[in-house]
Amino acid sequence: MELNQLTAHELLEKLKNGQATPEGILDSLYVRIQTLEPKIKAYARFKPAAKISLNVQAGGLFAGLPVTIKDNICTEGLNTECCSRILENFRPPYDATVIGKLKSAGCSIFPLKANMDEFAFGSSTENSYFGPTHNPWNLECVPGGSSGGSAAAVASDEAIWALGSDTGGSIRQPASFCGVVGLKPTYGRVSRFGLIAFASSLDQIGPITKDVEDAAILTRIISGYDQNDSTSVNQDVPDYSVSLGKDIKGLKIGIPKEYFVEGMDPQVKSIIEEAINKLKSLGAVSNQVSLPHTQYAVPVYYIIATAEASSNLARFDGVQYGYRAKSDSLIEMYKKTRAEGFGEEAKRRIILGTFALSHGYYDAYYLRALKVRTLIKNDFDAVFKEFDFIVAPTSPTPAFKIGERAEDPLKMYLSDIYTISVNLAGIPAISIPCGFTKDGLPVGLQIMAKPFNEEMLFRLAHAFEQNTEWHKIKPRL
Amino acid sequence: MSIDKETVEHVAHLARIELKPEELEKLSRQLHDILGFIDKLSVLDVEQVKPASHILPISNVLREDNPHTCLTPDKALENAPSKSGNFSSVPKIIE
Amino acid sequence: MKYQTVIGLEVHLQLNTRTKAFCGCAIEFGQVPNSGVCPVCLGFPGTLPVYNKEALNSALKVALAFSCQIQEHTKFDRKNYFYPDLPKNYQISQFDLPLSRNGYLDIISEGKTRRIGITRMHLEEDAGKLIHESNASLVDFNRTGVPLLEIVSEPDLFSPQEAFDYLTNLKSIIEYLDVSDCDMEKGSLRCDANISLRAEGAKELGVKTELKNMNSFKGVKDALTYEVERQTEMLESGQAMVQETRLWDADKGITVSMRNKEGAKDYRYFPDPDLTVFIIEQDMVSRIKANLPELPQEKIRRFMQDYGLSEYDAKILTSSKKDAQFAEECIRKYPGTDKKIMVNWLIGPLLSESNSRKLNLSELNVDKDELISLIDFVENQSISHLSAKLVLTQMIDSQKPAGLIIKENNMLQISDTAELEQIVSAVIQENEKSVNSFKAGKTGALMFLVGQVMKKSAGKANPKVVGELVKRRLTDA
Repeated sequence: MELNQLTAHELLEKLKNGQATPEGILDSLYVRIQTLEPKIKAYARFKPAAKISLNVQAGGLFAGLPVTIKDNICTEGLNTECCSRILENFRPPYDATVIGKLKSAGCSIFPLKANMDEFAFGSSTENSYFGPTHNPWNLECVPGGSSGGSAAAVASDEAIWALGSDTGGSIRQPASFCGVVGLKPTYGRVSRFGLIAFASSLDQIGPITKDVEDAAILTRIISGYDQNDSTSVNQDVPDYSVSLGKDIKGLKIGIPKEYFVEGMDPQVKSIIEEAINKLKSLGAVSNQVSLPHTQYAVPVYYIIATAEASSNLARFDGVQYGYRAKSDSLIEMYKKTRAEGFGEEAKRRIILGTFALSHGYYDAYYLRALKVRTLIKNDFDAVFKEFDFIVAPTSPTPAFKIGERAEDPLKMYLSDIYTISVNLAGIPAISIPCGFTKDGLPVGLQIMAKPFNEEMLFRLAHAFEQNTEWHKIKPRL
Repeated sequence: MSIDKETVEHVAHLARIELKPEELEKLSRQLHDILGFIDKLSVLDVEQVKPASHILPISNVLREDNPHTCLTPDKALENAPSKSGNFSSVPKIIE
Repeated sequence: MKYQTVIGLEVHLQLNTRTKAFCGCAIEFGQVPNSGVCPVCLGFPGTLPVYNKEALNSALKVALAFSCQIQEHTKFDRKNYFYPDLPKNYQISQFDLPLSRNGYLDIISEGKTRRIGITRMHLEEDAGKLIHESNASLVDFNRTGVPLLEIVSEPDLFSPQEAFDYLTNLKSIIEYLDVSDCDMEKGSLRCDANISLRAEGAKELGVKTELKNMNSFKGVKDALTYEVERQTEMLESGQAMVQETRLWDADKGITVSMRNKEGAKDYRYFPDPDLTVFIIEQDMVSRIKANLPELPQEKIRRFMQDYGLSEYDAKILTSSKKDAQFAEECIRKYPGTDKKIMVNWLIGPLLSESNSRKLNLSELNVDKDELISLIDFVENQSISHLSAKLVLTQMIDSQKPAGLIIKENNMLQISDTAELEQIVSAVIQENEKSVNSFKAGKTGALMFLVGQVMKKSAGKANPKVVGELVKRRLTDA
């Protein structure tokens, strides 16, 4: 087996035993990337000729293992552009807190950044200024989004493990489309300092990995209180690896009836039902539950997220960084820079968000959405009083073809139906591979838990994974 | 709730984004559909519901009044598209 | 038609914390442009704000000093607009739940005591500075993020003089709290005014004009005075008033309209999701209130009561907190039973020194014990009052003790009768003409002769004793 095909924990063993070196791992990745990038395009700004050099840090627990970082997480001195023209050539003068934590743990920051939907606006990575990423399982399909580059890189062994960000499903959905593991931590578990904000009350950084054990390790490294982030929670970070290997007898799983309705791909439905049966065979107990406000989640999300985004993205104006349009007056500079710098989806969301906050509409839209958000959160609180988990599909369909939904933004938004509520409620959720459609496209199982119960997620997910073979199957490339 | 072109134009101005006529046309149509969908929220009775401005039950996060190291002007302006000495430079503001 | 002037003032106060509102950049004046900045106050992508504890404390002190009601649950909101001195293109401010409301300030203006309502005081951050050149505008971000407290008065001021008095009173109280320099010239206190005129007796407010660009309290008064005239003229000539913003031109002494193309501004306020709610508990409020220093008006009353000062003198001595402290310490330390003696020294010679040197009383660097010693020399007639004033000047200049200066300058008064008799005899002998004048009924001659004795003794003779001796001689002989 090639080094690039191994998981981080397997590589760690090899590094400890002297069977591998950080340089060797890097070379193996490099070879893989050279071969596959022209087809997959998981990395933004990849230049075939450029040799990737790493500052391999000796020492530290993770002894130089490279982590692939999504293009919206600030890395000092390394281009961080959110795959948008408007941030072209932006080199942050500081590291995101999670980057600092990775470095302290000895990890190396991979110098190529993972492709994404511009500013995380999207569910397919088709909105990247650098062009779409292709799904390693079927190159004509999208890898999901917005962390499509991270997911595709991990799935194709162009990365050992990666960080993505999740605002409405942007880690979980691409993980599901690419047959890998993706976790969105509890809101406030991981510092947002250095994550270029999309929706401040919804964003979280999380791991995208080849298996659950890697996700547990990576989550532990990046989690923890940050005094630079007022929304960061001061709560101890457990050693998540301790949860692995524990049995799941008697753990209670709720299956939300509102998630199994029309519009769901019948193959996805049966694969998920199989997966639930597997969990039951391992001792978990399941029952139907109700999340009555599910149908309101997408509209609530698209008001709150776009409203916050419209304000967060106001700073992209050509003054201090990024693209600046030629102009004679200030106001022209603002308008042209933003017209030429932002892609279509970005403009659509900014205008929608601005509208929702504008005079005369604030109460009917933004304020109302905040209230319905409370109702959605209450739904989850009620279920978690009795149940340990909520289990559902990650996405109603497997990966769709590139270009298929590009002209129908509303349809694209509706596909976020299963992931969005999780962000609105602030709870943690993980997506793990649980099968394939007849066309060989991966399907993901989503498991949700109470706030700060990531240990439970890893426990259940690991039990499922270790009793199935899905995570061992790799795309034929 | 329908959103007409004039409103979209006004909002685009608030957001400082210049829209070409075709873009304005397309965007108005798309936003109209999206808002139509969003209107399903209006059926809910939220009179007695508190808005969830923050999902976390934390409050009073403050920091000590202690200084940190600042950036040098060079570092601060490194990414600036246009600068003049130690200043960032923008086109003339016409009041 | 008689018109009533109605004025409201908006004051922006820079709090004198060590660091900025939302980041740890130290606040210093006269820095090199863009050297007192960091990614947070520059609004770089990915950065997050954390509020300064000291700024909150300072703001609460001000709110309580003006008897405001404190908002138990307060929060920050984003005020969205585009301008190059605003890096995020939104200002973190407060909208509907400001820190405090409904306070007041009592002022004595034009002989009347008036209670001026304070509508609200809220927290916000400052913007940067713009320098306009011929072809471009330059931005210095050093000032962005400095903590501000905005103080809004009710439209309770009825004349430019009242506005002036409001500002001076506001300043003196805030200086006592030591939370701001309150210096309009340095920009740590800024003031905008709203003025409207209405027919006398009318209940509705007239059309409001906003005035900006006043750089001193006098400037505020002058600008308002000009406006009253201008608006009166307009109303009397039947012209319609439009709501507008006008800039004060101090050089020309006029206000000029700012071309207002935008119409009403839509700031799209919404709660800032990057900051938590602040719960200001009652015991914190009580603690701060209990620890407020004695404020000017109380101090004036107490000085009048305890030390028998007139209101005028009390005001002078308490015009600054440090001066009041110095004066009080002097009075308390003075061992004599008649405190008035010390008081007279303070409002007499010391105030004189203070005025001529353009320094505050407390800045004169007068050693209190030495002052008391000097007063003793005068009280026991060892030196003349005139000499004492000279000694005081030298004490301040050289920091030498009183006794030493008196010795070095040979200032000890001659009070010894025998010694003085000799000089008196000599003078009487030399000034036969005057003696005869006195005997002829010209009482003024007495003073002349006393003066001659003073001259002959190089001012060292005790004038009181001399006076008596001369008188006795003239009446005896």
